[in-house]
Amino acid sequence: MSFDWIIKIFTENWPMFIRGAGITLLIALIGTIIGAMIGLIIGVIRTIPIPEKGMKRALLKFINAILSIYIEIFRGTPMIVQAMVIYYGMAIAFGIDMDRLLAAFFIVSINTGAYMSEIVRGGILSIDKGQFEAAHAIGMNHLQTMTNVVLPQVLRNILPATGNEFVINIKDTSVLNVISVSELFFATKSIAGNNFKYFESFFIASVIYLIMTFTVTRILRYLERKLEGPENYNLAGNQMQVDTPKIPSNH
Amino acid sequence: METMITIQHLSKSFGTHEVLKDINFSVKKGEVVSIIGSSGSGKSTLLRCINLLEKPTGGEIIYKGENILDDKHNVNQYRTKLGMVFQQFNLFNNHDVLNNCMVGQVKVLKRSKEEAQKLAMKYLKVVGMDQYIHAKPKHLSGGQKQRVAIARALCMEPDVMLFDEPTSALDPEMVGEVLKVMKELAESGLTMLVVTHEMEFAREVSDRVVFMDKGVIAEEGTPEQIFNHPTQERTREFLKRTLKQNI
Repeated sequence: MSFDWIIKIFTENWPMFIRGAGITLLIALIGTIIGAMIGLIIGVIRTIPIPEKGMKRALLKFINAILSIYIEIFRGTPMIVQAMVIYYGMAIAFGIDMDRLLAAFFIVSINTGAYMSEIVRGGILSIDKGQFEAAHAIGMNHLQTMTNVVLPQVLRNILPATGNEFVINIKDTSVLNVISVSELFFATKSIAGNNFKYFESFFIASVIYLIMTFTVTRILRYLERKLEGPENYNLAGNQMQVDTPKIPSNH
Repeated sequence: METMITIQHLSKSFGTHEVLKDINFSVKKGEVVSIIGSSGSGKSTLLRCINLLEKPTGGEIIYKGENILDDKHNVNQYRTKLGMVFQQFNLFNNHDVLNNCMVGQVKVLKRSKEEAQKLAMKYLKVVGMDQYIHAKPKHLSGGQKQRVAIARALCMEPDVMLFDEPTSALDPEMVGEVLKVMKELAESGLTMLVVTHEMEFAREVSDRVVFMDKGVIAEEGTPEQIFNHPTQERTREFLKRTLKQNI
């Protein structure tokens, strides 16, 4: 009976499953956070208005070109291939034997960064032009406009897409088993290799993946609602209370 | 009277389309100038050129004896001296009313939080929005948003206030509250440059009226001259059209 085997495999190997799941979650979390930061920085750089002439124009053009190449390469090749090229490439080219976990953080981060910078750029472009103009009109420069006005709005707008990246990363870290990172897929493969119960072992893995992605999705929904801000506000002062009955509040 | 801003031979083209042609005029300290004209006559573009939201194609903008179109001139510092009020309000959506009035003071003028808050409250009181300091822009009506936007600009304590059709996006019943605030500001001696379709306002409040047509200043003078004794045929045409609509 398969079901008995599933119970048996899990009770015998649960520390390995849980450790694998933990590493998967850790890689996905760190990769998404660093990737999002990369995306934010690149998004801000790529939206700097390019001056008509001078050194600054040449420099910006050059940086933008480099960033475009980065984005195209990492969006245009599979992460499984990137993992192999980077991990073994480092070993051959520089003689560096990367720590596998560090390599995993690195690969997932720059891969996510490439996607996130396009998401951030889209987020910045979706902000009403009037917000930029109002910020410029009171004398803010590009960086001040971004940090005080635009990015806070962008962050809220791109949260669903960022959560999506997180969920994708939880699943896609499984490809890192090719460089022997001991995440959930790799752990499951080892367990199944010992007991030869591939279906049962991977069934357990699939349930754990589903629990992780589902939980993360719920948490992000909650965060989105939080970031929407309160629906209500209280009037300061008391002039209005004279003619308007005040709605009871928790203050 | 001291001249605040002088504009000389200003021109602006979008591609091959010339929106402004050889504009010359100046604003003196304490003066309220209304710019009127039909849609597409270039009046908004002129205002946006003055604070460099649009980059003029040619000419000079002289502020305090300096041509601010020089490459070396600090645009951001110049802009803090001009308060801009937009047709679409453009309040910062991520900040509440109080912060909308404070963020520029703190981040750009480097004022302390306490000082910024004091000034913000002062000017929010002027526009009658001091009770709403904790409200977000999405909670406010159009008229309320525009009054906060005016307070936000005033908080920077600018030399000149620029109003770009401040009542055009408002429901008719809210136009009055915004015009009332603007009238009070004008009476307080603030230098104002107002692009408007509100002929009553232009006639009553301004010291000088500029009529623009097809990218040029067709006529300028006191409200009395422009509204009662226009010398140009196209001014008469425009006034006939707009004043008829108002009835």
